[in-house]
Amino acid sequence: MMQAVSDPIIRVRDVTVQFGKTRVLDGLDLDVKRGEILGFVGPSGAGKSVLTRTIIGLVPKLSGNIEVFGVDLDAADRAGRRAVERRWGVLFQQGALFSSLTVRQNIQFPVREYLKVSQRLLDEIMVAKLVMVGLRPDVADRFPSELSGGMIKRVALARALALDPELVFLDEPTSGLDPIGAGDFDELVRTLQRTLGLTVFMVTHDLDSLYTACDRIAVLGNGKIIAAGSMADMQASEHPWLRQYFHGKRARAVMG
Amino acid sequence: MVVVNGRPDLQRSGEGNALLLRATGAWTAPFAPSLERLVADAEKLAGKKVDVSIDVSQVVKLDTFGAWLIERLRRSFTTGTAEPRIDGLSANYASLVDEVRRVSVAADGDATALTVTSMLSQIGRSVAGIFGTVAALIDMLGAVIVAGGRVLIHPRSFRLTSTIHHLEQVCWRAVPIIVLITFLIGCIIAQQGIFHFRRFGADIFVVDMLGVLVLREIGVLLVAIMIAGRSGSAYTAELGSMKMREEIDALRTMGFDPIEVLILPRMLALVIALPILSFLGDIAALYGGGLVAWFYGGVDPEAFLLRLRDAISIDHFTVGLLKAPVMAAVIGIVACVEGLAVQGSAESLGRHTTSSVVKGIFFVIVMDGVFAIFFAAVGM
Repeated sequence: MMQAVSDPIIRVRDVTVQFGKTRVLDGLDLDVKRGEILGFVGPSGAGKSVLTRTIIGLVPKLSGNIEVFGVDLDAADRAGRRAVERRWGVLFQQGALFSSLTVRQNIQFPVREYLKVSQRLLDEIMVAKLVMVGLRPDVADRFPSELSGGMIKRVALARALALDPELVFLDEPTSGLDPIGAGDFDELVRTLQRTLGLTVFMVTHDLDSLYTACDRIAVLGNGKIIAAGSMADMQASEHPWLRQYFHGKRARAVMG
Repeated sequence: MVVVNGRPDLQRSGEGNALLLRATGAWTAPFAPSLERLVADAEKLAGKKVDVSIDVSQVVKLDTFGAWLIERLRRSFTTGTAEPRIDGLSANYASLVDEVRRVSVAADGDATALTVTSMLSQIGRSVAGIFGTVAALIDMLGAVIVAGGRVLIHPRSFRLTSTIHHLEQVCWRAVPIIVLITFLIGCIIAQQGIFHFRRFGADIFVVDMLGVLVLREIGVLLVAIMIAGRSGSAYTAELGSMKMREEIDALRTMGFDPIEVLILPRMLALVIALPILSFLGDIAALYGGGLVAWFYGGVDPEAFLLRLRDAISIDHFTVGLLKAPVMAAVIGIVACVEGLAVQGSAESLGRHTTSSVVKGIFFVIVMDGVFAIFFAAVGM
């Protein structure tokens, strides 16, 4: 059974999140379409990470409705939730690798938990994932504390992709990487999206990433999505923050 | 979304030297266990057939797991002369198959064999490690004394706020639990004493026992052990997580001495706190013992106090309180050494916190023994 390709993979409706008296998200609506790379931008502290964490269920929402793969996670039972969680991968801002496990164990961990496969296949898949994210297999037996920042991001991405998810959340994947590394990472996300047919939800501040990797951009401000559309739409927008963001000095440098 | 219910399969056909493997269904992660079996079954034919082709046109869905298993199949049928053909690969999966083709698997296990030599070498390492531990403790003691001396010369560099903060944490907030525990121990000692002395008609001697035991040993020892568990572990965990997040390196690069900024205030707080807590613990234990002696042993408070005054001298009290700051220093040094020894992983933090408490208590008891010998020698 096949649903229309344009069906949203994530459907966020009227979501409100509040911490104490601060309302972070205020009646927010957002759709993420299957197979696209959505870049999610907004001023620092606007709640980009909060929305990501709300979608994946780490932050409780006050009201509203979120469906991922057509499943309402609040209504789903334990098994239903687990089934959904198997189908997404999350790359946290700091990588969030398990510090007491090696790279090999980090990547194999979700596979080992969900699938009963031989150690041989586990090792082979682990190497395949490392190669995919552009790392040499000899890092497999290092601990996260022995990796550079860029390597941590790559290993974390490999772990997020370990179970071949349909949807990945990337929280500032290129922050803290050098421009070449960041460019490679964008390229990598693009390639993986093409080869694996991923849907990517990417929180980012990196104009290069937005420009080269993203199909669509959504902008968060005042707890709502203030604009969503292609790069051209963003540049044409008259919204003051958008004008500043996409026509600032840095933006001009990126777009030439 | 695409839900594929098609169970994967690998059909074999062909005659003579020819073999056609036709993959069908979904070659994806959820089916990985059965896929692995299918591939392993087919691989048994490797070497027997020469003209092999793999038809993947019937595969409805493919991910890394499936692509890799097809690649594994291709490799195991590859001989010096012939390589299996892969037919019917759709364009959107071709790049994935190309991707896994780049994977070279160097199968290796990182299992370390447990041999007699490795066990013996482990014992050797542990023994050698003891000297390392002692050296690290002395090293830290020296560093703290040097930092203390610097602060004495430049009193303005002393961190009063930080010291007060730690004093609140390790002293003020520890008072309820310390008083409660020592009170209960005092009760228990008195009850046991009365129970056994009564048989000789020597009930009143429970006061002697309680007084000497609590003031000389139990008060300070119990409090020191409690503090090693409560504050020593906290120090190690705090310093360890600061070490993990390079906060200590950051301090150093800004020109601050971590010993002076982080460790000296903590040590000082502990050295001030332990005598105070021991004093409170002594009072609570005597009070508890007195209550039990009154209600359980029939020794009324007046008789208790009178007897206590005869039984103990100021020496007993001094001996107890003299030990307290030294034990505090030992606990603090151990906790700080362990904290700074934490490496990058959460596991390491846990190991060093445990070791901080264990070593702290061990050294407290060793010190107590040393003190017992010392005070016996000087006649206190």
